[in-house]
Amino acid sequence: MDINEKKRLIKKHSPKSPIVKNMFFAFLIGGLICALGEVIFIIASEFFDEKTSQTIVTLILIFLAAALTGFGIFDKIARVAGAGTLLPVTGFSNAVVSEALDSKSEGFVLGVGAKIFTVAGPVILFGISSGVVYGIIYYLYTLFMG
Amino acid sequence: MKRITELKRDIRFVSFSAVGGYEEGIGPLGKNFDIIDNSGKFGQKTWELAEGEMGRICLNTSFTKSGLSHTDIDIIVAGDLQNQCVATSLGLASFGIPYIGVYGACSTCTESLMILSSFMNSNPDIKYGAAVTTSHNSAAERQFRTPIEYGGQRSPSAQWTSTAAGSFILGDRGKVRISSYMPGRIIDGVTSDGSNMGAAMAFAAADTIKSYFEESGEKSDEFDYIITGDLGRVGSDILYDILKNEVFGFETIHRDCGLILYDSEKKDVHSGASGCGTSASVLASHFLPMLEEGKIKKILFLSTGALMSPSSLLQGESIYGIAPLIKLEYIEDI
Repeated sequence: MDINEKKRLIKKHSPKSPIVKNMFFAFLIGGLICALGEVIFIIASEFFDEKTSQTIVTLILIFLAAALTGFGIFDKIARVAGAGTLLPVTGFSNAVVSEALDSKSEGFVLGVGAKIFTVAGPVILFGISSGVVYGIIYYLYTLFMG
Repeated sequence: MKRITELKRDIRFVSFSAVGGYEEGIGPLGKNFDIIDNSGKFGQKTWELAEGEMGRICLNTSFTKSGLSHTDIDIIVAGDLQNQCVATSLGLASFGIPYIGVYGACSTCTESLMILSSFMNSNPDIKYGAAVTTSHNSAAERQFRTPIEYGGQRSPSAQWTSTAAGSFILGDRGKVRISSYMPGRIIDGVTSDGSNMGAAMAFAAADTIKSYFEESGEKSDEFDYIITGDLGRVGSDILYDILKNEVFGFETIHRDCGLILYDSEKKDVHSGASGCGTSASVLASHFLPMLEEGKIKKILFLSTGALMSPSSLLQGESIYGIAPLIKLEYIEDI
């Protein structure tokens, strides 16, 4: 059997991801997380200035996602929500905490220490790198245009 | 190329057992399992040790059923899914039985039985031999995919690695005989999608089944079932498509262990079960009891393995499949 025939058979029988359903739940649950963030922000704004309130929102969402990961609930929500839980800061929190829980049995330095960012690593590397590139462009822009 | 070996010695299943975790316990075969541990930990502190302990408990159950002890066993052929078969090494060390480790991805069960029966066939001094196969969902997820509590969406073609073990003691008594075996060939599965391993393995299963009938001259209607290990829904459908004009009535006599172990309606398992414990535990809890009672007389049994590593997948290499085969027959002693 040649390669193209095999590829045709795989394509013919492999089910496609239910994109519309996935997008609906991502929108719904992702939206609910953002709405929760907004509620926290409104409450926090009563006591703190805007910038501090924003930080409090992030902290609380990270904490909630970490706690739900520890209780074994987060992955069940994420299986339905998909990008809805992955894209907000909750996804980052889950990626770090789940890896920390898993590698605990291999010790704190070479286990947790070495592996905690295995899943979240690309986000940190490319997030910081693109931040640096953006910073340089912005600096040059203000130097010549400002 | 001659691939089928007929066993001259009368080698039979003396006893067999299946052990599983929570998901396996609530599945359709749950009541046939000898032991279910809902925690999946089997009293151990890590998932890796739990897999080894599950294998040890499973073999011990087969000892109890057969009335034999570890000193009666001359050789053990066993394997699992962890790197260097470490679960089996740690789990079975305490028995002190001469050991051969087998790493055949999910084809380990059939490969072990094939190797063990070959040893016993060529050496009549081996009175009893044992074969054990295990896989553990949590240990496998950690090694091959993502952390256990990591939240992600699974592809509809993805399969669920079972937490299951099967153990078998072969000797000169019992009602089910291994009469021949055929090793598999390494067949290109052309996809590098780790969420579609059933599809990748289907071509290897097709190669083995087709070659078996060509070489043996036997007819498919002589068999009650032709059983594959863990092709799941997608792989089984591809197999039907390939064999529809090659093997008469294949779709009606085919069974896939990956589609039997879980209730796909109730559990979010998508394309079915996978992992080498799947075919081992389904053979021990479902097909061997049926053979032993004489409800079915003759089957072909193929565990299917996806030959890949996390690195080979990231490097874009395609997944190769393998499907060794054994023929099992019910023997009515007069």
